[in-house]
Amino acid sequence: MTLPLPLATSMTSDVPLGWFLTLGLFMFVVGGVGVVVRRNPVVVFMCIELMLNAVNLTFLAFARYQIVPGASTEQAALNAMNGQMMVIFVMAVAAAEVAVGLGIIMAIFRLRNEADLDDMSALRG
Amino acid sequence: MIREQPIPTIDWLTLAPMTTVVVAGLVALFIEMFRPKQSNGPIVTVSVVGLALAGALTLAQFGMEPGPTFAGMMVRDQVGLVLQLLLIGVCLLTFLFSDPYLREKKIAFAEFYQLALWSTAGGMIMVSTTNMLMLFLGLEVLSIALYCMAGMDRKQAKSQESAIKYFLLGAFASAFLLMGIAYIYGPTGSLDLGGIAMIAAMPESGYLTMAVFGVGMLLVGLMFKAALVPFHQWAPDVYQGAPTNVTAFMAAASKVAAIGALARVLSASGALQEFWLPALFWVAIATMVVGNFAALVQKDVKRTLGYSSIANAGYVLVALLAHVKKPDQVPLTTALFFLVVYCLMTVGSFAVVSLAAKGGEEGTRFQDLHGLWKRAPFAVGCLIVFVASLIGIPPTAGFFAKLFIFQDALSTGLVPLAIVLAVTSAVSVYYYLGIIQATFVSDEGARKTVSANPSFGLNLVCLFCALAVLVVSLAAAPVSQWLRGSTQLPGEAQARSELQLDSGGRVGAR
Repeated sequence: MTLPLPLATSMTSDVPLGWFLTLGLFMFVVGGVGVVVRRNPVVVFMCIELMLNAVNLTFLAFARYQIVPGASTEQAALNAMNGQMMVIFVMAVAAAEVAVGLGIIMAIFRLRNEADLDDMSALRG
Repeated sequence: MIREQPIPTIDWLTLAPMTTVVVAGLVALFIEMFRPKQSNGPIVTVSVVGLALAGALTLAQFGMEPGPTFAGMMVRDQVGLVLQLLLIGVCLLTFLFSDPYLREKKIAFAEFYQLALWSTAGGMIMVSTTNMLMLFLGLEVLSIALYCMAGMDRKQAKSQESAIKYFLLGAFASAFLLMGIAYIYGPTGSLDLGGIAMIAAMPESGYLTMAVFGVGMLLVGLMFKAALVPFHQWAPDVYQGAPTNVTAFMAAASKVAAIGALARVLSASGALQEFWLPALFWVAIATMVVGNFAALVQKDVKRTLGYSSIANAGYVLVALLAHVKKPDQVPLTTALFFLVVYCLMTVGSFAVVSLAAKGGEEGTRFQDLHGLWKRAPFAVGCLIVFVASLIGIPPTAGFFAKLFIFQDALSTGLVPLAIVLAVTSAVSVYYYLGIIQATFVSDEGARKTVSANPSFGLNLVCLFCALAVLVVSLAAAPVSQWLRGSTQLPGEAQARSELQLDSGGRVGAR
């Protein structure tokens, strides 16, 4: 029985899993900080996309390295597919969110000719 | 090649309600292309028929063999069916008073019906799955449609502002949810919530750290959706700015879906509760306190009701915590019962508040309700019932809902939560009565406030919700009996069978 490509352990690269996870968390934090401090809704949304990509990287790293204890190679192949499938869906959903989000930002631009988040304070209590 | 997978047995009936709702939305979209420009009638008819059919398909599944289908992607159980039915009902009630409201508000946006249907379908998926991929997709289908609906009043800056705030914070929360899923997936290789229990049994401590981190992030994402403190700031803004019929739908449906998903996640991660139970304990206290005290100083009715919905999320969280702490003693019925009552009260109150819209204008401050009792005595009468129920005055269902939670909290040793619940409920009397008082203040002499004539649909919604609030309270014992059916989530079914009789006796004794 042959396994799908990424699963044979000899094929994993020399970079340990921890580095991928660290990079993912770093990107996630950078994106999170950006959401909090930036004022332009488009930039804020880019930061959210960065966070989603950090998630994708984490999923792919986990899918490739397969750290599940005691899993057979067959099971590992199925597990890897789980993570990769998730990434596809995350990208699709992110695209849908872009469509709606940019639509909302456009509507605001039309209404008030600027879209600074700090100026949106009609709703407060 | 991967080993040949057997084709999973598929139970199409499990999926039928959601499919029906989605298809109804698609058909309505086609009708919208050809409809006469002045009337939404055909669209509403198709939507209502689709929802009724979906409701019937859900009802038909009660009592059927529970269990997963579609290779574990969907699950049929009593909790999921009750919540699906509730979501369908919320959507139906919203539609009944939406058309006159949209016309008064001059919102030419017939897509509202389709989006609400798809949003409902997303919520239905969320409450009937234990797979985290499906959970995420359901959440996004629910949310993305809601972002559009919140901003559908394109001429009004408030509506746009609420849409962008909801959108950015919702997407932000999704990222947390996904990060949580990634860290649960890592050590288990599975996207099923059942994986969390697997990790708890693993000896390696690094895996446990990852799982705790993952569950924490997952909970943060869901707490955003359910508007629990400290992740609640978006809720009052969005509730205030969105068109009132959307607010009614959002306050009820997104809360039901988020709480349903939260219940499943918490039940599945019961083995890790030493880590998250203390945190959620304080979240529940903070939610009840902040929700009720912040509502005291509001000047806008929709905003006040928004804070009230935050407080109610706190109450239902108490019910969930009691259930997860002692799943054998405390069934999930309490939370379900509270959610049913909460939806009736919330949709009803927002329906009455939507009367303040006329001729493209809408005032939602307290003084905009002045004199409403003269113009719409029936609606105000029903509003009194809803408010009495929100406060928890005895003959209404709200009283029993809170009482059950109170009892559950006491019987599981969550005494501080029970005390906070009682005290903050007493505080809430002040602002709830403020709403009623505003409708009875005479508007003569002052600037005349405007309000629409209550339509037939709106009166129907008020009548139904008010009657249901009263009937549910009279029949509290049988209703919770029915809700209980088998309100176990998968994974905790084993230990429960013997205790069914005990808890049945408890419910009956109420």
